[in-house]
Amino acid sequence: MQTVKIVVTGPFNAGKTAFVGSISEIEVVSTERRITDHSQSIKDQTTVAMDFGRITVDEGLVLYLFGTPGQRRFDFMWEILSEGMLGFIVLVDSVAPETFREAKEILDLFKNYHPARYVVAANKQDLEDAWPPEDLRIALKIDSDIKVVPCVATDKESVKGVLLELLYSILETAEE
Amino acid sequence: MALRGNLRDFSLPQLLNLVSLGKKTGALTLGERNSQATVYFKEGMLVHLSLDSQDSNLRHLLERVGKINEAQSRLLPQEARSDKEWGILLINTGLIDRAEIMEAVRRHTLEMVYRLFTWTEGGFVFQPNVLPPDDKIIVPIHLENVILEGSRRVEERKRLEEELPDLGMALNLICSEVKLKGIRLSPDEWRVVSSIDPGRTIQEIAQAHHLTDLQIRKIVYGLLSAGFVELVPRVKPISAALSAEERIIPAPVRKGIILRLIDRIRRL
Repeated sequence: MQTVKIVVTGPFNAGKTAFVGSISEIEVVSTERRITDHSQSIKDQTTVAMDFGRITVDEGLVLYLFGTPGQRRFDFMWEILSEGMLGFIVLVDSVAPETFREAKEILDLFKNYHPARYVVAANKQDLEDAWPPEDLRIALKIDSDIKVVPCVATDKESVKGVLLELLYSILETAEE
Repeated sequence: MALRGNLRDFSLPQLLNLVSLGKKTGALTLGERNSQATVYFKEGMLVHLSLDSQDSNLRHLLERVGKINEAQSRLLPQEARSDKEWGILLINTGLIDRAEIMEAVRRHTLEMVYRLFTWTEGGFVFQPNVLPPDDKIIVPIHLENVILEGSRRVEERKRLEEELPDLGMALNLICSEVKLKGIRLSPDEWRVVSSIDPGRTIQEIAQAHHLTDLQIRKIVYGLLSAGFVELVPRVKPISAALSAEERIIPAPVRKGIILRLIDRIRRL
């Protein structure tokens, strides 16, 4: 049995838990507890550890999806999670421009951890005020060779699209 | 007059009991294979312990337990000082307060004495009225709780070693077969879960995350009991020939694997 790992990262409330949950074949394992800081106003519970999902490809191959903790006080987990990853997805909340800078910082950190392929997913594209992916590319200073993909993390087909774009990118550099 | 013997005949809990009941003051030196420890007591309480090279100075101890970081340590004077001098210096610089120093020393002493509970053979000698060196920071600890907790840990260790004798095995996640909603994992458990790979032994996972044998056994035992993982023989990793540092970089992925992933996700 071979296992491969894709990491889903991004700022707090970007939609990582929903993203992993939309596509995982198992109920997503997440460590959640009530939070007491200012972010409580955003949602009642938030992920303080990470989400974990699984997709069985066939008898010999399993894909694991790991969502990283959103808050910076858990960033000690990020490097651990990134070890050995096939690639990573940076999820950005397209209706929260105040989080773009943090998204960029997270992206740069992950790039430094390990040389893996990645895509940027512009989440919450179903909302009226969402920034279009190409505007996000400019705001986040994403290189033209990196894909910025529209995404609705609660929609399975949309999540599939993001994962496929990442896999197509990885395929370009994979060995025969 | 010194009391001498072998741990085979007189166990550490029995010795500690004797010291506690008799409210003894002195130094108990124990030897096991290549290790040696000296435990100091004052009026029946544990006050200091030195174990091989673990008896580093206060500054190194605080670094090790994360009370001061490497950057802060670099800013401190480099010349040798006694523990008490280090304590005063660190308090004056505002890096740490007295209570934190005492707590760190207490915890460090306890962790070391609990290790000694696994020593079941080797000579010991108790020398009455011998106290720790003057420069050491002394934190008196009641022995009753030490004996209880140490004995509990020995039992726990035995049970865990029986349940999980071979740390050379690898782990496999089997989460598809159990309901996992609401499961709560600690950060250390997550570290282990995120490192599970049939090509990696439990021992290697422990080393990567600086977990002791006892800690990794506890975590893996919990995961096994929850039906979250299973023990599997280690699969030889592709990158086995690489050094540990090189292994961090993922091995090149073959196109066949990516195509299988693409095909599966398209069909979801």
